[in-house]
Amino acid sequence: MPLLRSPSKEPLWKDEFSVFTSDERYVTRRQFTKFLTLASLGMFVGNLWILAKAYFTKTPSFPSVAVAEVGEIPIRGLKLFAYPTPQDHCILIRTGEEEYVAYSQECTHLSCAVYFSAKEDRLECPCHQGFFSVKDGSVLQGPPPRPLPRIILETDGPRLLAVGVKGS
Amino acid sequence: MANLERRKRRRGLVAINGAMTLIVIFLVAQVWLLSATLETFFAGHTGAVLPAAIFSGLAFLGCMALNLLVTRVDQESRKP
Repeated sequence: MPLLRSPSKEPLWKDEFSVFTSDERYVTRRQFTKFLTLASLGMFVGNLWILAKAYFTKTPSFPSVAVAEVGEIPIRGLKLFAYPTPQDHCILIRTGEEEYVAYSQECTHLSCAVYFSAKEDRLECPCHQGFFSVKDGSVLQGPPPRPLPRIILETDGPRLLAVGVKGS
Repeated sequence: MANLERRKRRRGLVAINGAMTLIVIFLVAQVWLLSATLETFFAGHTGAVLPAAIFSGLAFLGCMALNLLVTRVDQESRKP
């Protein structure tokens, strides 16, 4: 093996990297395509992971808890309670003679406590002026991205029971 | 002869560019699909999860097919 470079008209870098530019471009594009396909596989795996999470996550079971007596609070009145755990604060509102609604008190924006404005007939978050409908908890105005989680209520004789949470 | 070779290569390059563009379009759609599915999943809705996974899988198969096409076109255009 000669120690010295044999005389050549070509510059050193051309001798050492004897790859045509067009060939190099072909190889790069092919590798880039492979990389894109791998990224596509990654996206697919991500979707499969969400699918697995959705199917294998157990739906939580909620306890049945008495939250108030029927007729305990006046019409347009409210009562605060905790459901399903003592850390989950909720608000129960009597909207009519026989009509009650209950929602989580945590705003879906940044978890501030919402309060009931009887004058405006809506639930209001004082932090960023997010307003929710009393009828279904949907967002009326402001930054909250989702409706308030609704507490499912049932009557059991004179008692008003919380039996589940919808949209938590 | 060299002219024919050059034309063959150029045609191969056009095919590869087209396939790459399609792969990029599929990938952008998949990125959007994944982020939208994740958002709906965190919001507690699971109805869109299965269709999203199916469409993402189809997009991946499309990318695979295009990748194979690119490899084949590349090999064809390099044949003497």
